[in-house]
Amino acid sequence: MSAQLHNLIDQLVDEYEKALREDFRVKCKPTFLTELKEKLHKLLEVRPETTEEEIRRIIDLSVKYYLRALVEPGEAVGTVAAQSIGEPSTQMTLRTFHYAGVKEFNVTLGLPRLIEIVDARKTPSTPMMTIYLEEEYRHDKEKALEVARKIEMTKVENVASTVEIDWYESAIIIRLDPEMLEDKGVTRDDVIRVINKSRIKGKAEPDPEDEYTVIVRLDADAYAGIGEIQKIKDKILGLRIKGIKDIKRVIVQQREGEFVLVTDGSNLSQVLNVEGVDPTRTITNNIKEIEEVLGIEAAREAIIREVLDVLENQGLDVDRRHITLLADTMTWSGEVRQVGRHGIAGTKPSVLARAAFEVTVKQLAEAAVAGEVDELSGVTENIIVGQPIPLGTGMVTLLMNPQALAKKSVKTEPQRVAGGEQS
Amino acid sequence: MRNKRFSVLDHVLVPKHVKLSEEEAYQVLKELGIKPEQLPIIRADDPVAKELGLKPGDIVKVIRKSENAEEVVTYRYVVGM
Repeated sequence: MSAQLHNLIDQLVDEYEKALREDFRVKCKPTFLTELKEKLHKLLEVRPETTEEEIRRIIDLSVKYYLRALVEPGEAVGTVAAQSIGEPSTQMTLRTFHYAGVKEFNVTLGLPRLIEIVDARKTPSTPMMTIYLEEEYRHDKEKALEVARKIEMTKVENVASTVEIDWYESAIIIRLDPEMLEDKGVTRDDVIRVINKSRIKGKAEPDPEDEYTVIVRLDADAYAGIGEIQKIKDKILGLRIKGIKDIKRVIVQQREGEFVLVTDGSNLSQVLNVEGVDPTRTITNNIKEIEEVLGIEAAREAIIREVLDVLENQGLDVDRRHITLLADTMTWSGEVRQVGRHGIAGTKPSVLARAAFEVTVKQLAEAAVAGEVDELSGVTENIIVGQPIPLGTGMVTLLMNPQALAKKSVKTEPQRVAGGEQS
Repeated sequence: MRNKRFSVLDHVLVPKHVKLSEEEAYQVLKELGIKPEQLPIIRADDPVAKELGLKPGDIVKVIRKSENAEEVVTYRYVVGM
């Protein structure tokens, strides 16, 4: 009996799939069918008394809901997407803490982050990377730390405990912190090397009396003023000893049985080249960077992930397809374009639609000078001239060639009229 | 620094890109009833385009993984900058 029902499930679902493909011309495989199958099989195991009738009704209803969720030709998907993302984000403003701590870091979340993504900013206000490690590094905390040290940018000031200026000798005395040195994996000689390699006119050397002190003797004639020596001091403190530019801090986290590095600051192109980093999974929240390093399709994917992340974080449920549409429009032109007050910049060809928005007279005057033509293809233009708008049923047009039609009717051939074009 | 260069095509964020031959491209455009300019664009200096050696005028098929449908196929038109 139960085996029969199992077969019935498979058979019914497969039939529906065939019907969806043929009658509704669904091109992609609707994944809900696979899920439905699995769930029904499970249901039979848990509740063996389920009847055939019940199974039929479950499947019927699921398919009905699926069909209801499909987009119809001529539906204003853009407007619906805008509303569907816009409404939840008003909820967000009310109950978001603009910065939610992810344990160690402050990461911009909520509305500010959403605006940032849609604005296609060059750098987010809190750039962050999630670095995955290669097999040999990912299970050992020590090895993960080793990679972390390689990536984290260490400046002279990070390992110095005190810095003094000897005005008489015109020298700068840097006392290093042994603990910090060890923590960052830097030696005194590294510091000396970096200072000597830099463009500072002077020579760094170890202090013969103290193991952890570096003395930078400046060329006396080159630097006379007090202010100037101060400036050099700051320059020395800002020197990068090791690590990757812009990665300010690296933290090792354990996620799903492996060690992952989370960074403050982002530099995707260089991090991908570091030994031990798994370049195939490492990501950043800087979408422009992803576009540059991994291409436009990756940027699209990143936009979707980031927006979904923000919304999920706030406990908001927005259909994925609205966000997909947003990402599609943003990356349509081959580069990430911002969605601003005017929509996607420069994508509104209609003069009347632009004039209806802002600075009406200027728009019209400029269009007149440039000799622009309005094709009346959008919604706004058609409302202005008083025509049905090209949406829903208004989208269907009848293409007819009266002359060809006249000829044909003379020959008494069956009349063939091109059907409405839907896009 | 590693010796073996990593290919951007292997990254999790990058969906599968396939370059279409001329006949395939023609077939696709005919089926969709559009001109190549009406397709979304991928720049010729896009990292993926470079990796695949795409030239302006090519059409690339993009096979994305999707949650609602197992695979979604789209196309992008390669444009020089």
